[in-house]
Amino acid sequence: MNEDEVFYLFSLAVASISLLLLALILVVLVQYTLPVIKEMGFDYFITSSWNPVFGKERYGILPYFLGTVLTSFIAVLVGVPISFGIALFLTEYSNKTLKKYLSIMIDLLAAIPSVIYGLWGFFVFRNFILDYIEKPLHNYFGKISIFSATPTGLDFLSGGLILAIMIIPIVSSVTREVLELVPTEIKEGIYAIGGNRYDVIVYGSIRYSKNGILGAILLGLGRAVGETMAVSMVIGNATGENALPRSLFSAGQTLSSLIANEFNEANPTSLHPNALVGAGLVLLMMAIVVNLGARAIVNKYKR
Amino acid sequence: MKRRSIAKKLPSYLLFSLLILVYALYLVILPSSTLVINGAGSTFVYPLISKWSSEYRKIDPSMIINYQSIGSGGGIRLFINKTVDFGASDAPLNKQQMEVAKGVIHIPETLGAVVMSYNLPNINLIINLTGEVIADIYLGKITRWSDKRITELNPGIKMPDEKIVVIHRAEGSGTTYVFTDYLSRVNNEWKSLVGRGTSVQWPTGLGAVGSEGVASLINQIKFSIGYIELSYALQTNMTYAAIRNQYGKFVIPAPENVKQAASNLARSLPKGNESWENVSLVDAPGENAYPIVSFSYILVYEELSLLPGMNERKAKDLVNFLWWCVHEGQNYSLSLGYVPLPPEVVRINEESIRMIKFKGISLMGGD
Repeated sequence: MNEDEVFYLFSLAVASISLLLLALILVVLVQYTLPVIKEMGFDYFITSSWNPVFGKERYGILPYFLGTVLTSFIAVLVGVPISFGIALFLTEYSNKTLKKYLSIMIDLLAAIPSVIYGLWGFFVFRNFILDYIEKPLHNYFGKISIFSATPTGLDFLSGGLILAIMIIPIVSSVTREVLELVPTEIKEGIYAIGGNRYDVIVYGSIRYSKNGILGAILLGLGRAVGETMAVSMVIGNATGENALPRSLFSAGQTLSSLIANEFNEANPTSLHPNALVGAGLVLLMMAIVVNLGARAIVNKYKR
Repeated sequence: MKRRSIAKKLPSYLLFSLLILVYALYLVILPSSTLVINGAGSTFVYPLISKWSSEYRKIDPSMIINYQSIGSGGGIRLFINKTVDFGASDAPLNKQQMEVAKGVIHIPETLGAVVMSYNLPNINLIINLTGEVIADIYLGKITRWSDKRITELNPGIKMPDEKIVVIHRAEGSGTTYVFTDYLSRVNNEWKSLVGRGTSVQWPTGLGAVGSEGVASLINQIKFSIGYIELSYALQTNMTYAAIRNQYGKFVIPAPENVKQAASNLARSLPKGNESWENVSLVDAPGENAYPIVSFSYILVYEELSLLPGMNERKAKDLVNFLWWCVHEGQNYSLSLGYVPLPPEVVRINEESIRMIKFKGISLMGGD
C-alpha cells in the first residue's frame, strides 16, 4: 500500500464518521421522542400546554417553535440589511487598508462566545432596548397588540435583536465574498454605457450575486435558529400558554433555550426528558432544512 | 520544495503516540492506590459537598470524593442507572422512581430555606407576606403592590402603586420544587392548577437562569419579586420578606427558625429505607418555624454490592464518609449558608447509615 492509498482510506474513514454521527443522532432523537408522541399524539406539535408536574403531564411545543421562528425572523429582518450595508461598503467604497482592518473586526465579532453576548445583552443591551425602543413604542402605540405587553426588556424583541447582532459576522462576510466575485467586465460595462456607482451596485453587483446573497441570509438564519445561551438570557423564559408570542414585548422561549433550561432537572421516570428530546428533533429538522436550502442556493450560484 | 514522506515523519508520530499511551496507563494505574467515590446531583448542595470532600481528604487521604453538580434530575438518573455511588437530590424520590431504584436509602444531609426577595425602592423595612398572598401574586391574581391584601399585612409601610414584576427560575431546580411545594400547601388553586415540581407551568412572570440570574434581575428591575435560596441571599445581602407561619407569626429565615421547622417534624419522619415522597418541611408547626424549608437528600443503595465496581473497602469508606457528613460535617454548614441538621434528624440518619450493607453484612461497627 503506498502513501496515496493510506491517505485515501484515512480520509474516507474520517469523512464517513460525520455521516455516521448524523445518522446516529437522528436515530437516538427519534427513539427518545416516540414515547411522548405516542402519549400526546399530534397535540405535541400543535398545543401549548407544558406541564412536567407528575400527574398533570402535558407537553406541547407550539410556543417554542413559534418563538424560534419569531426571534430568527427579527434577527434576519434587522441583521441582514446591516450586514448587507457592511459588505457593500467593504467591496465597493472602502480603500484597501480600511477594508483589511474592518474585515478583521467583523471576523472578531464572530469569535465572541455566545454566552458573552448573553451577559452583555442581559446587563447592558436589555436596558438600552427597554428605554429607547420598547418604552416609546409601548407609550405611543400601546393599543396595537404587538406593542401591548408591559415592556421589561426580557422578551422576543430582545432575543431577536441579540440574534441580529450575532448573525452579522457570518452574513456580512459571505455577502462580501459573493460581491467580490462579480466580474469586473460587468461593472465596467455599466460604467461604459453611462451608469453611475448606484447603477453598478443595483444592476451589476446585486443582480449578479442575488443567489449568493440569499444563501448568506439562510446561513445567518441557520445560526439564529440554533443559538441557545444568548437568547435564553434575554428572552424571559416563560413556559406554556404564557410563552405564546402574543406581543413583541412578552416573555417567551425558543426550542433550544427550553432544552438548555429544563434538561438537567427533568425527572427521568416521566415523559419530560422525552418531550425535550422531541424539541431537539424539531430544532434539528429546522436547522437541516434551512442549511440544506442555503447550500443548494450557494452551490447553484457557484456553478 | 522537498516532499516529506510519511515514513520520514514516522518517528515523531511514534513518539507522540507513546506519550499518549504512557499518560493513559498512568490514568489507569493511578486509582488503584487512591479510591474514587463518585456522586452526582443537586447543584444546591454542591458548595457544601465540595467543602466536605476537601475536608474529608485531610482525614482519609486515601480516598477522593468526586461530586458532579449536574442537577437533581440528572443525579437521580445516574443513581438509578447505578453509574454513580451516591446521588444527591433536593426532592425525595417519587413513587415511580422508588420502583426503579429498589433498596434506596434517603439521607437528609442538610437543610435549606427559600426566601422571597424584592426590589422596592425607598422601602428599607422588611415587608410581611403570607403564603396565600405569594401564591396569588404568582398566579397573576394580585398584580399591584398597592393591592389591599398586601397593604393590610404591612401597616406603616406605604406600598407603591406599581405593577409587580414576578420572577421565577427558568430552569428546573430544587429551589422551585420547595417553593411550589409550599404554594401547593397553602393555596388550593395553586395545587390544582400548577402543583409542585422542579419545573412547573408558570401562569405568569419572567424566568431567569440560576439563583444568580434571579437575584440580578431583582436588583435590576424595580418593583419585582422573586424566590431564591437562603444561602445565596445571605452571600449577596439581598433583602427578603418575613413570612407568616402556621402559628400566625411573621418570621425571617434565621438558622434557628429553619432548624425548628425540621425538629418539630422529626417524629413523623420515615425510616431511611422507606418512602420519603410525602416528607415536606414546608408550613411546619412551631412558634418560630420558618415556613419555606426543605431537606436536601443523599441517595445510596442499602445493598452496595449491587453497584458495579464496588468492593468491601470502598463500601466501608463510603459509609464512613456519610457518617462523618451527618456529624462533624454539619459544622461547615452555617458558614456556607446552610442550616445544620437538628439532633433528632441526625439520629434518624445514624439508623439509616447502619442499614447499609455489603453482601448482606452491615458496614458500621456496633457503636
